[in-house]
Amino acid sequence: MKFDAPASDNPIDRLKVVGQPVDRIDGPRKTTGTAPYAYERHEVVPNQAYGHVLGAGIAKGRITAIDASAAKAAPGVLAVVTTLDMPRLEKGVTNTASLFGGPDIQHYHQAIAVVVAESFEQARDAAAMIRVGYAPQRGRFDLTAEAPKAELASADSGAPPQEDRVGDFEGAFAQAAIRLDETYSTPDQSHAMMEPHATIAAWEGEKLTIWTSNQMIAWGKRDLARTLGLPAENVRVDSPFVGGGFGGKLFLRADAVLAALGARAAGRPVKVALTRPLMANNTTHRPATIQHIRIGAAPDGRITAIAHVSLSGDLEDGGPETAVAQTKLLYAGRNRLTALRLAVLDLPEGNAMRAPGEAPGLMALEVAMDEMAERLGMDPIEFRVVNDTQVDPDDPDRPFSQRQLIECLRHGAQRFDWSRRAATPGQRREGRWLLGMGVAVGFRNNLVMASGARVRLDRDRGVTVETDMTDIGTGSYTIIAQTAAEMMGVSLDKVTVHLGDSSFPASAGSGGQWGGNSATAGVYAACVKLREAVAGRLGFNSAEAEFVEGMVRAGNRGVRLGDAAGADGLTAEDKMEYGDLAKRYQQSTFAGHFVEVAVDAATGESRVRRMLAVCAAGRILNPKSARSQVIGAMTMGVGAALMEELAVDTRRGFFVNHDLAGYEVPVCADIPHQEVIFLDEVDPISSPMKAKGVGELGICGVGAAVANAIYNATGVRVRHYPITLDKLLEGLPATM
Amino acid sequence: MTASGHHSISRRALVAGTAAGTAPIHGEAGAQSVSAPHGTPGSPEATTAQISLRVNGQSRNLALDPRTTLLDALREHLRLTGSKKGCDHGQCGACTVIVEGRRIYSCLTLAVMHDGDAVTTIEGIGRPGHLHPMQAAFVSHDGYQCGYCTPGQVCASVAMLDEIRAGVPSHVTADLMAPPQVTAEEIRERMSGNICRCGAYSNIVDAIVEVAGRPG
Repeated sequence: MKFDAPASDNPIDRLKVVGQPVDRIDGPRKTTGTAPYAYERHEVVPNQAYGHVLGAGIAKGRITAIDASAAKAAPGVLAVVTTLDMPRLEKGVTNTASLFGGPDIQHYHQAIAVVVAESFEQARDAAAMIRVGYAPQRGRFDLTAEAPKAELASADSGAPPQEDRVGDFEGAFAQAAIRLDETYSTPDQSHAMMEPHATIAAWEGEKLTIWTSNQMIAWGKRDLARTLGLPAENVRVDSPFVGGGFGGKLFLRADAVLAALGARAAGRPVKVALTRPLMANNTTHRPATIQHIRIGAAPDGRITAIAHVSLSGDLEDGGPETAVAQTKLLYAGRNRLTALRLAVLDLPEGNAMRAPGEAPGLMALEVAMDEMAERLGMDPIEFRVVNDTQVDPDDPDRPFSQRQLIECLRHGAQRFDWSRRAATPGQRREGRWLLGMGVAVGFRNNLVMASGARVRLDRDRGVTVETDMTDIGTGSYTIIAQTAAEMMGVSLDKVTVHLGDSSFPASAGSGGQWGGNSATAGVYAACVKLREAVAGRLGFNSAEAEFVEGMVRAGNRGVRLGDAAGADGLTAEDKMEYGDLAKRYQQSTFAGHFVEVAVDAATGESRVRRMLAVCAAGRILNPKSARSQVIGAMTMGVGAALMEELAVDTRRGFFVNHDLAGYEVPVCADIPHQEVIFLDEVDPISSPMKAKGVGELGICGVGAAVANAIYNATGVRVRHYPITLDKLLEGLPATM
Repeated sequence: MTASGHHSISRRALVAGTAAGTAPIHGEAGAQSVSAPHGTPGSPEATTAQISLRVNGQSRNLALDPRTTLLDALREHLRLTGSKKGCDHGQCGACTVIVEGRRIYSCLTLAVMHDGDAVTTIEGIGRPGHLHPMQAAFVSHDGYQCGYCTPGQVCASVAMLDEIRAGVPSHVTADLMAPPQVTAEEIRERMSGNICRCGAYSNIVDAIVEVAGRPG
């Protein structure tokens, strides 16, 4: 089915099941520990052995020798595979650094060996016996130092790198009455999902099955086949439950490759989990940015010139963090300049983490907007309202499909008692605490991706949906069941959903906040086909047939849906594909983020007291699970604002704090009650579901709202994240 | 113990190996990346310990490598995979189980240290169709997302409320002479040993408050 014209009325609009805040259908399994994650699937294949991965101890250079003799002789060891046993393996389409093979080291903790043993303890112990000789080379590890050598880069890997210009930025900025010219920075961050990257691999002749933890089944299958030189049809990938991803499990990683290589060497199934201390340097991370922002405005607050240039680093052949994406679209202004610069670094591979681009980009832009409002003597909300645009500023003929940003801000201001905010910083005090409020805009584009599904109707078993879509905590199981229930006119308990298996139709997968809308649209397409099949079997005109309360009705005839299935059942498969609506309309999601903080006047410790997000993101398919997506993203935004930072050792070239004690993420005590409001919205430009993404919108702007609240509380403007107390101490007002 | 003795031999051999310059090693990287041959591995049989655990009310006998953590004994040997391994270092709480009535990180303790102990895992708290009130409250408040930290959160919640009832104070208990109360602040403080990277804390607290507020 092709979606190439705005959606008209369809069965989803009934909203009997879709749009209802139902409990997740996978809740009982997850809360009882019976939902199976990759490493613990004892039942899928017998005789599993344990693999333990060894990472490189240098960041750049060559391995001169590996002595694995002691490891091979150690008790219980079945096989040792080292990176010197084979040439560098072909990279997956989505990988920047090689995952295994050959003597060259591209980054710290790059995988260099896997030890397979009868037990976990034996494999771990034997891995520690491997002796490795290195010839290290000088590496580039310091983004600031490499900045002069950085080159222009493009957000799209195919496009030629260039500055993006509208009008005459320099001229307009020079003439602007009020100007801001500041530099902001965000550090490297780690996904730090709770479930480590893990895989069980088993060979049957030349056919390979992996039970793994991956957000994008079709990418994983393609890239594993490519890396191991197998035909894709010989590879099966299964990932029904994913213990968190946030972008860190978008791609094939070393756990899958080394489980497969270990299993081939040992001649039996092998399971591998990356140890927690390996994850930060072996896998991907969100790259650090240094962002230069210039804004010029007239005295009435109208922006006349805006420029945003972001510098980030990555391995050779890597890409930039696209931190200027939102600046192209968020505010009006006739003279504009955006650009990405990319430095080559020999740190681990930078790649997507929740809202890549916008998350760090808004951490800078929305602080700059707060600073500009102050220079203009305007309320930060009014300054944003004045500069709203309903069209793409680069292309005024291209409207936003929906844009309720002003409504998000106004509604939020009222709800949050924004009028209680003191316009002058450092004015509100409660004992030792300095209180402040901050606001920031959340913005994230809505992407749509082709997505397929197979739907089966059985006489007694109801409706079964199969798609390789993943549920990474997002609620995919539930919204897919809601979609099928709505389309087929049955209750939610009559729908069974199977996900994450590459033998099912390929889906959009989980990434870029496109999963919920795209995957359910694919299920919609398959259900349309199934409805036609049902109507056809009953001799109904499919345009007239109504699917309601377990019945199919047309005219004065009514048949129980299960009876239409017959003894053999009915199956339909289809996928949703998209035309050029995304070109004709700018599809984006919007939020107003409001934060109140208390900062200890003596120690500089910041505590978040209240948080509110008002979101406009199309139809909300399940308000309960969508709200969870937003509060979770708000929590990660607090982490980004206050604590998260991969500390770079710029001499040795690695992230030092590579575990959950050193890399701090928010805990329960750091997060207050969080409030989320979804504005009424349906977006018929997006898909037949009329929904948009929401899982990444929630983090966009949160960090800046926290930073702006801290400024409002203390009068100290911190432009370099995270805002730890050492950055506040000197500027705090005198203690009582 | 066998395990610690074994490790100390490895460490000594490592130092000797580094000093002798046995491999073409560069400076500091060498100390980090070279491991010397195994000390005295012995036979697997010699390092197996017999223990008995009472898991969810059932007596379970195990022959274990003494290096086996309680978590791996549960997950890999008893195949009770509800307890999760998030970090294996006592940093995340996904492996939380209740041992002799107290919540502990099962990755941070060896199984052989618990011979004869009563262990309650998530499988002993409730199961689909027969949810414990805390599990039901987590479902109704959506106090989870990916689900990987959830069994640990549930075990910690159940044991944490028992701690408050038993009068155990926390860092945020203002009056150490009065019985601690079940407040959101107490819950947040006491649940901070269980990381939820999906960020369901606000809902987790709501779920626990609901269960704590029920009579009985």
